[in-house]
Amino acid sequence: MNFFWDLFLGGLTRGSIYALIALGYTMVYGILQLINFAHGEIYMIGAFTALIVASVLTMKGMTGLSVLMVAGVVAVLYSAAYGFTVEKIAYKPLRQASRLSPLISAIGMSIFLQNYVMLAQTSDFLPFPNLIPPSDFLDSISHLIGPSDFIIILTSAIVMISLSLLLKFTKMGKAMRATAQDQQMALLAGVNINRVISITFIIGSSLAALGGILIASHVGRINFYIGFNAGIKAFTAAVLGGIGSIPGAMLGALALGMAESFGTGYISSDYESVFAFAFLILILIFKPDGILGRSSQQKV
Amino acid sequence: MAFWDDHPSKKSKSVFHMKFTEEIKRSIYVALWLMLLTFPIIVIKVNTIDNVIIWRWSNIAGIGLASFLLSFFWQLYLRKKAPEKGVAMEKESFFRRLLENPKIYRPALIIIASCALVFPFIASHYQINVMTTALIYIMLGLGLNIEVGLAGLLDLGYVAFYAVGAYSYALLNYHFGLGFWILLPAGALLAALFGILVGLPVLRLSGDYLAIVTLAFAEILRLVLENWNDFSFGPSGISNIPRPGLFGIPLTPEQSAVYLYFILIALCLLTIFVIYRLQHSRIGRAWVAMREDELACQAMGIDKTKAKLAAFALGATWAGMAGVLFAAKTTFINPASFTFLESAMILAIVVLGGMGSILGVITAALAIILLPEYLRVFSDYRMILFGAALILVMIFRPGGLMAEKRRQYQFHHTDIEDKT
Repeated sequence: MNFFWDLFLGGLTRGSIYALIALGYTMVYGILQLINFAHGEIYMIGAFTALIVASVLTMKGMTGLSVLMVAGVVAVLYSAAYGFTVEKIAYKPLRQASRLSPLISAIGMSIFLQNYVMLAQTSDFLPFPNLIPPSDFLDSISHLIGPSDFIIILTSAIVMISLSLLLKFTKMGKAMRATAQDQQMALLAGVNINRVISITFIIGSSLAALGGILIASHVGRINFYIGFNAGIKAFTAAVLGGIGSIPGAMLGALALGMAESFGTGYISSDYESVFAFAFLILILIFKPDGILGRSSQQKV
Repeated sequence: MAFWDDHPSKKSKSVFHMKFTEEIKRSIYVALWLMLLTFPIIVIKVNTIDNVIIWRWSNIAGIGLASFLLSFFWQLYLRKKAPEKGVAMEKESFFRRLLENPKIYRPALIIIASCALVFPFIASHYQINVMTTALIYIMLGLGLNIEVGLAGLLDLGYVAFYAVGAYSYALLNYHFGLGFWILLPAGALLAALFGILVGLPVLRLSGDYLAIVTLAFAEILRLVLENWNDFSFGPSGISNIPRPGLFGIPLTPEQSAVYLYFILIALCLLTIFVIYRLQHSRIGRAWVAMREDELACQAMGIDKTKAKLAAFALGATWAGMAGVLFAAKTTFINPASFTFLESAMILAIVVLGGMGSILGVITAALAIILLPEYLRVFSDYRMILFGAALILVMIFRPGGLMAEKRRQYQFHHTDIEDKT
């Protein structure tokens, strides 16, 4: 039972992180029908920025919760700015082009950002400090759930709920849903498409950065390549849930996290990603549009 | 953020007398924004072990200057481009006319062919090897072109077929001692079978679902190869793979490089011939119809299942062959050669070349493989330049270097006028 509980928690933690990144994928896809391959890199940049800011602050003598807060806020802001700029440079000029051109441009951007961080920083793994300060409350529940697991699950739950509320009840959320449904029609109804796209990228990138900081302090080390794997997994999660669907991304991410966690726990730890991908293929054979995806049945 | 949104060409006429002030102002904004953006990663370097921070202020100045200049020239380009659009189209068709003129392309072909024949005898061993790699990528590009360019099936895991080819050569040779010439078709066949295996479950999927499933298959294959030590020798790979034999005559490594070069030239010609014939065959036209509209294509009586599987199998065949040749060339393979980056590279070749265009794929493969090899001076900056180049080419030529010209029938008025 205890082993099962550990695996369940591990899956939940993993799934929460995947969900944070998958939301960015699915939101961008919903609006632009673009697989944003550079999204994983934004996540990596978020983690790096947090590491740099946190180290500088620590060396200047700051401690405790304030380091986490400042580093987190700066990293999220920076990643949002990166997401915004990436869209303007690599995707906006290609909005009228065929579907594959922005995809290649996205792959190019991903390679570019990876190497940019590698050249400017280092290609080695960097230790990431544990930013979560000790507290009595976390200690008291530590026999049930580890502190970082708790923080990760809590944060992503809060973020996901607020994102859903934002999309459902604000004017911007309405505009975003309208743009995802039909861009031309939204334009006619007076929605500023460029702004909606920018905001989508900003929100998606902020979520990715948050995921980056959380996972980095959970795992304890980062390098310039972490974005690729996380990005692929998150994309898998988004597709699993039905790409373009926001609840689908959350559900898909949790399912993927569970599949990986239980697969590694009960079968073999060497094939962690294999379980995720095999699970994806299995689901898609039976439900070709993902778990919650809109059916793409064509009609003439 | 208005500096991004305004289209400079709109204003260019009314503020023309102000010369460059508008551009300079906007470029300063861009430069400041990018300096701010790159600041933490470019300037600060922390060493968490010794607890020191290195501030590299000179970098930020470079970024500022470079982005200012780039943005300035970009805006000048936009201003110039706006009224000249018609001229660019004219030039384009002129270039195409050149290519279609027998007086031009026949001598050009002869020159290229003779260069290709003489090349291995004047070039160094290293250069032959580089060229062989480029030829392998031409094959891969042409093969993927069947799937992506013709049939419109976005395959992000093409490298899996390449890996199947390479590993089937290496493993069958290791276990059964079979030779290159038996295993070349065998590898191609196995890859084709694997293509059908991948194709079967994804028949119902379309577009990006297909993309992720192919990617998933490739990653699964790579991970299995990496972890199943008894079968594939794990991450350490397989070494001492024999080079292709020539009727049992022993060859030095230099000679065998030349030999492999000629095998590849022959196989590339075969690939080009087969794909050219396929393109205009019944199945080729079915693929194009499927790419354009699946529903309409089914309504025309095309068996979608068969067409899709044929595209996967034929695309995989060339990758399998290329894989065998790759294993024979390097004599050592391990799973690290078959990562997603490789798939992305091949896809980039197809899209950069212009989807569906044979000549475009060849040009792009040569450019993508040869340029980085000869830019070894910037070895650290190779990949970052590659990434930037992908973005730039896509922005300037979203249709690829040489977009395929659609076959069309033209109605000539003159014929009718003559008769009446």
